[in-house]
Amino acid sequence: MSRIVKWVRAHLVVLAGVLALAYLVLPNLVVLAFSFNKPNGKFNYEWNEFSTDAWTDPCGVADMCGSLSLSLQIAVLATIGATVLGTMVAFALARYRFRGRGGATGLIFLPMAMPEVVMAASLGTLFLNMRIPFGFTTILIAHVMFCLSFVVTAVKARVMSMDPRLEQAAQDLYATPVQTFLKVTLPLAAPGIAAGALLSFALSFDDFIITQFNSGPTTVTFPMFVWGASQRGIPVQVNVIGTAMFLAAVVLTVVGQWVGNRRKAQA
Amino acid sequence: MTATAEAAPTQVIPLQDRPPRRRLTPYWLLLPGLAWLVVFFVVPMVYQASTSLQTGSLEQGFQLTWHFSTYWDALSEYKWHFVRSFGFSAIATLLCLAIGYPLAYTIAFKASKRWRNVILILVIAPFFTSFLIRTLAWKTILSDSGPVVETLNALHLLSLTDAIGLTTGQRLLATPLAVICGLTYNFLPFMILPLYTSLERIDPRLHEAAGDLYARPFTTFRKVTFPISLPGVVAGTLLTFIPASGDYINAQLLGSPSEQMIGNAIQKQFLNVLDYPTAAALSFILMALILGMVTVYMRKAGTEELV
Repeated sequence: MSRIVKWVRAHLVVLAGVLALAYLVLPNLVVLAFSFNKPNGKFNYEWNEFSTDAWTDPCGVADMCGSLSLSLQIAVLATIGATVLGTMVAFALARYRFRGRGGATGLIFLPMAMPEVVMAASLGTLFLNMRIPFGFTTILIAHVMFCLSFVVTAVKARVMSMDPRLEQAAQDLYATPVQTFLKVTLPLAAPGIAAGALLSFALSFDDFIITQFNSGPTTVTFPMFVWGASQRGIPVQVNVIGTAMFLAAVVLTVVGQWVGNRRKAQA
Repeated sequence: MTATAEAAPTQVIPLQDRPPRRRLTPYWLLLPGLAWLVVFFVVPMVYQASTSLQTGSLEQGFQLTWHFSTYWDALSEYKWHFVRSFGFSAIATLLCLAIGYPLAYTIAFKASKRWRNVILILVIAPFFTSFLIRTLAWKTILSDSGPVVETLNALHLLSLTDAIGLTTGQRLLATPLAVICGLTYNFLPFMILPLYTSLERIDPRLHEAAGDLYARPFTTFRKVTFPISLPGVVAGTLLTFIPASGDYINAQLLGSPSEQMIGNAIQKQFLNVLDYPTAAALSFILMALILGMVTVYMRKAGTEELV
């Protein structure tokens, strides 16, 4: 008995950590399990019967796959926009000292320190007052706006940790500024840019609050579809998509780390 | 957070040493990104301030009438929404710290390199799964006939939480406890990642040194590990508290009408009642309160304890 108590005391932190991890992963497991459910009624909250119907017919629900593809389109475009604009800002802030730099840094920080609902309501009010119709464009504008700061933060950290002597060496070897940028600077900054882009994609794809205030009644993204379904009745296919997204994210991260490790081993 | 990044080597060319054409380069690089933020972030904020002082209706249009009483009406009608928002978020933030710290500590010091990556992936992966779907899963976990409620009932813990007002009627769903549980779950990764980043930088030899000087493990933690990890604690609490206080998804999906938070009020005024001045006033008050709290908190945490 005392040996068990001793072991528990020695591993208390790890045990607490494992419990915390279980708390984080539990809902994903529930989503996975209930993707094989055949619910008794419109809502998929209680276990009824095992079935693979949802997995064999993921698009069998009206409008769901359409909303999924709309979300993907918006996420891709928002990621491109935010990554290009954010990378430029990050280079300016990391590489130059100029008047107004502090103000620019503050402006970049502010959207990250603001609850989403505040940004959502204020941007929505602007669109309403300007009589700009809500839809695809207004969602895209909003998504680029809130993803931008995250890209700047990711890229800036990377650019600041880069050794400037590498670029000086390229110039000493008669590389033109454009060649230096394309062959030295950009590949060095790439991990930061990739991290920023990945974060943008995830934030945009999953955004609900800002989208709800800026989408209008007819443009339904995937999170908007799930929200609507949570009031009317949730098809099992929602769980299939949720599980597939989780698995895709895990596979992508594992592959990304594997590639990263191989690159490091080669270098 | 950026202070450590600033210390890394950077190429800084003083302005006066550069040819005049290159002096404008940073401004050209900033222009599109900052213009986007000014037009779609700063201007709406200003516009919102003006909207909150307007009166009128959607059919007749809104006029700026400096109608300050919108603020008093909104505050007196929704003061409990504000109280619940900040109360639930504060409890959720503390819970995130209590749950997240051991996990971050385990990843940083106890896990082998292989396990460290596996756990980090499991912490980050929920980011890529729909927030709403995962919150709905809590409806299943906490449901009235589910194993959680039955276990807590068997242990008579629900009577205890009923007594202090966290739950009602021997159930979890549609109670404050469910909303707090959802908020804690949803924002936990935002606590763990900054904590892990600040813990990972700690040189393990500091622990050995403390041990050599006869510090007990808990003293080592209190005097060495925790003070060094404070920047992570500050970043994590802000990243958890700010989004949690504006959230309305958890209150809507896991709570009942009596758990509604200020986000629910703003959403209702904006999307259902179409009372834009009230929605604007509420979100303006929320923004001001949060900025005020963050400033006070950063000053306290930043100057007195960090130095």
